[in-house]
Amino acid sequence: MQLYLPIADIPVNVFLILAMGAAVGFVSGMFGIGGGFLMTPLLIFVGIAPAVAVASVASHIAASSFSGAISYWRRRAIDPLLAAVLLVGGTLGTALGVWTFTFLRSLGQLDLMIALSYVILLTTVGGLMFWEGLRAMLRARGGRPVALRKPGSHGWIHGLPLKLRFKRSKIYLSVIPVVVVGLVIGFIGAVMGIGGGFILVPLMIYVLRVPTSTVIGTSMVLTLVTMVFATMLHAVTNHLVDAVLALILMIGGVTGAQFGARAGQKIRGEHLRLLLGLLVLAVGIRFAVELVIRPQDLYSIRETGGAPP
Amino acid sequence: MRLRAPLAIIGLVAATSAAAPASAERLIVSVSNHRVTVTPNYSGGELVLFGSVEKDDKTPSNRSNYDLVVTVAGPRADMVTRRKERKFGIWINTDSRHFLQVPGYLALFSNRPFDQIASPEVQRRQQLGLNNVTLVQRVGPDFADVVPNDPFRSAFVRLRSEHDLYREATSAVTFLTPTLFRTGIPLPAEVPIGTYNVEIKLFSDGALVTKTESAFEIVKIGFEQFVATTARQNGLVYGLVTAFMALMTGWMASIVFRKD
Repeated sequence: MQLYLPIADIPVNVFLILAMGAAVGFVSGMFGIGGGFLMTPLLIFVGIAPAVAVASVASHIAASSFSGAISYWRRRAIDPLLAAVLLVGGTLGTALGVWTFTFLRSLGQLDLMIALSYVILLTTVGGLMFWEGLRAMLRARGGRPVALRKPGSHGWIHGLPLKLRFKRSKIYLSVIPVVVVGLVIGFIGAVMGIGGGFILVPLMIYVLRVPTSTVIGTSMVLTLVTMVFATMLHAVTNHLVDAVLALILMIGGVTGAQFGARAGQKIRGEHLRLLLGLLVLAVGIRFAVELVIRPQDLYSIRETGGAPP
Repeated sequence: MRLRAPLAIIGLVAATSAAAPASAERLIVSVSNHRVTVTPNYSGGELVLFGSVEKDDKTPSNRSNYDLVVTVAGPRADMVTRRKERKFGIWINTDSRHFLQVPGYLALFSNRPFDQIASPEVQRRQQLGLNNVTLVQRVGPDFADVVPNDPFRSAFVRLRSEHDLYREATSAVTFLTPTLFRTGIPLPAEVPIGTYNVEIKLFSDGALVTKTESAFEIVKIGFEQFVATTARQNGLVYGLVTAFMALMTGWMASIVFRKD
């Protein structure tokens, strides 16, 4: 069934977009991530302009993270104070990101920046995750316990001032690194059209030492608010959010996520991290290959406005 | 795409009233549909342009070998063509050219190849063929069209053609009788929204005899129109509604799939 998208200005097959939403939703439910890093490239692949894809995926991630956040809230797995502090940075980062996005778009280097940041971010994070998952798996096979967090260990981060007690997470931490983490996630989220969950979760575990019980729920709240904010900013500044496209993605996404979450519970944690690492790495490498090999067409056209609405 | 008969008739009358130059022939044309509506299930379509050559007593009696060139130009916009080059081992956009107010859709149809219709000089002057249509570029401080084999110009035309947005067909116009003709105007799915001008030029023995114009428009209606204008004019409201829609969808999902 073909449907004409009012902002993207192209007809798409509804079932294809629904299936894409469901597939990405499955992955995101399984790994507890937003899945924007898969969705945005897929949309670009079916012919939607990168700028429209990035802007529309933001609202799609908002929907899936909201449904996730509700269920985590019921289980009291969200640290409201930690989320609030992260959000201070996240909001600033998102505004900065949308501004950068608009600026790069005017320079004509938006596609390159999106591709480059995908390569750098995904190969690094994917590689690290894969390596960490592999080590954890080998350790588990060797019979030794897997310790993610050494109790009582203090890095330089714990020497920073402006300390705050995060009761739900049971940590005592400076607000500076928390705000910075929020800022980084908000920024890359807005520029790349990803929620950043797959970066935020490791950052919170390894850098901020947040206990795993509150990590995913709290990261979902941050993702939710930054993505709602990104949707708003993209709608106001670039007029590129395709609500019809977003709605189809959302419906597919939230449904897929439920089945993904059930599948994810059947897989061991380190296997899950290994798989996610592989997936992230694969997407990163695909973008790298595209940058390095000679493109089929050296020329490209973009409309720069001037057309009456 | 639905035919709007009353509008087509109005269009016919409007086209007829277009004054012809001092020459003896008159062109009467009409487009099958003057208002193409983009609905949710729109996926391209085709219009038909038909018309006839009216002779009067001043027409040389031996003149019957007419040639016809139809130019359809869609809404104009500024576009930029960029070229990728290898830098630091990766392919990035380096050089670019700005095309100013060029048609988003451009189609040229004729009954036989342009070089058989008129001399190269006439072809250039009358803009016959994609190679001869003026596509204004900004070259430094100047505004000019360049030679047809300019790499940016030919890449631009080629890319537009790959999406069926630019096309030329030298056998698309058919003469049903020596004076009655028709041609199809194919519209691809990603056709730009706006007003399309149709220019019909009649040639005989390599010279322009007369020309006339017609037009049609492609509009989004109903929901598409509403969404597109709201997004552009009320960005804040649009963003709020989209965000609210996202939250509602997420909330509904958490209710529908609630396990406890």
